Amino acid sequence: MLRPFEIHEPATVAEASRLLARLGEQAAVYAGGTELLLLMKEGLAHFPHLVNIKTIGGLDAIAFEDGVLRLGAVATHREIETSPAARQHAPLVARVASQVGNLRVRAAGTIGGNLCFAEPHSDPAAVLVAWDATLVLARAGGERCVPAAGFFLGMLQTAREPDEILTAVEVRPLPPGTGAAYHRFALHERPTAAVAAVVTVRDGAVAAARVVVGSVGPVPVRVPEAEDALAGRRPEGEVLRAAAEVAGRRADVLEDMFTSTEYKRHLVSLLAARALHDAVSAARTAH
Amino acid sequence: MEIDRPPQARLRIGLTVNGRPVEAGIEPRELLLDFLRNRLGLTGAKRSCDVQVCGACTVLVDDVPVSACCTLAYEARGRRVLTIEGLARDGRLHPLQDAFIEHAAVQCGFCTPGMILTALALLREVPAPTPVQVKAHMKDTLCRCTGYWKIIDAVVDAGRRMQAGEAPDAGGGAREVAPRGKP
Repeated sequence: MLRPFEIHEPATVAEASRLLARLGEQAAVYAGGTELLLLMKEGLAHFPHLVNIKTIGGLDAIAFEDGVLRLGAVATHREIETSPAARQHAPLVARVASQVGNLRVRAAGTIGGNLCFAEPHSDPAAVLVAWDATLVLARAGGERCVPAAGFFLGMLQTAREPDEILTAVEVRPLPPGTGAAYHRFALHERPTAAVAAVVTVRDGAVAAARVVVGSVGPVPVRVPEAEDALAGRRPEGEVLRAAAEVAGRRADVLEDMFTSTEYKRHLVSLLAARALHDAVSAARTAH
Repeated sequence: MEIDRPPQARLRIGLTVNGRPVEAGIEPRELLLDFLRNRLGLTGAKRSCDVQVCGACTVLVDDVPVSACCTLAYEARGRRVLTIEGLARDGRLHPLQDAFIEHAAVQCGFCTPGMILTALALLREVPAPTPVQVKAHMKDTLCRCTGYWKIIDAVVDAGRRMQAGEAPDAGGGAREVAPRGKP
């Protein structure tokens, strides 16, 4: 049985922000509830006040405008996976939405809730860091943009201030000659290890690469050593294998109750090889 | 501190359950599963894992499968909720229910209400799915008895018969039907 709480229904971001400022640690932002209610049911957290941001108009919109795909923060994973705009302009972002949790979680869970909860095994987080997405944070006084890579500060910790609301995730279509891929391995519903890669191939060589390792450490992070191993090289056999091996060796890995660090590094290398192969293949056909 | 006082406020919500309008006063913390089972007497949805992994508590809210164990009853305000009790019509089982019986897709029965509602959501999007489509859609709804093959067969068969017009999808709260429980 959940302990008692009150639900607030702000109509605007400013109203929600003022509520959060006034209630402080007594309040939590409530959207899909797929993470928050689990914590509260287990008695691991209690908030006497939930601020339901789904009552703010337009926060669930998914639209492509001025060259940017904007995912409203309370758009559900299901809405993203089935959105024609998302499928067209950021197919990998739509596909990874279809892999989150299970179909019931995807029907309730929101992209904003997933990112703000900062659970280390988030699929969208790893992909959005690799994609270099922008998160829009708003409060009563105005808004600011934070790159996805700068948003995740630690396990369950983000750059969001207590009175800020994540309002949208902005995703730009990949530049010409760029491909993206995400591979994961899951023993349970949440992945054990995951790698996202975004690679630009120009004149047969790697012009830019972002390799992000997710789920094995506290936050999804780029592995610069793996990216350096690709830069300027022809993305073929030994080059890709070497970069994947480096990704496994240099990733920030934490042991957990199911898997050793050694095994996770092995998984990261395998997944990096698959992700790089698929990203390069996609890059060669993306013009 | 004033804001720490446990709030006692009750919310009035109106919703439709199995085609029938329901008005109720709820506490914000009340879970949809408890509301359906304890307040309306609709015990078809089961509490099992209680962490939205197994699917035994699945009900349809506006035609979409949700885990009632982790959904606030508050979220059902203004919406249509369908439970297994709302599928039979005029004393006749829904084609999916018939197919589950004919294919022996029910063993202990604990997962069956969630299985059937999850399958119904698929059949309304993909009228006659292939076994591969059924597997992809149903993979997150767990059964510890059957080994799944009979469930997959039942869903494929029900879809085929519904599309062929042999068995109409009459259920689903499309028309008014009285639930067994009292609101």
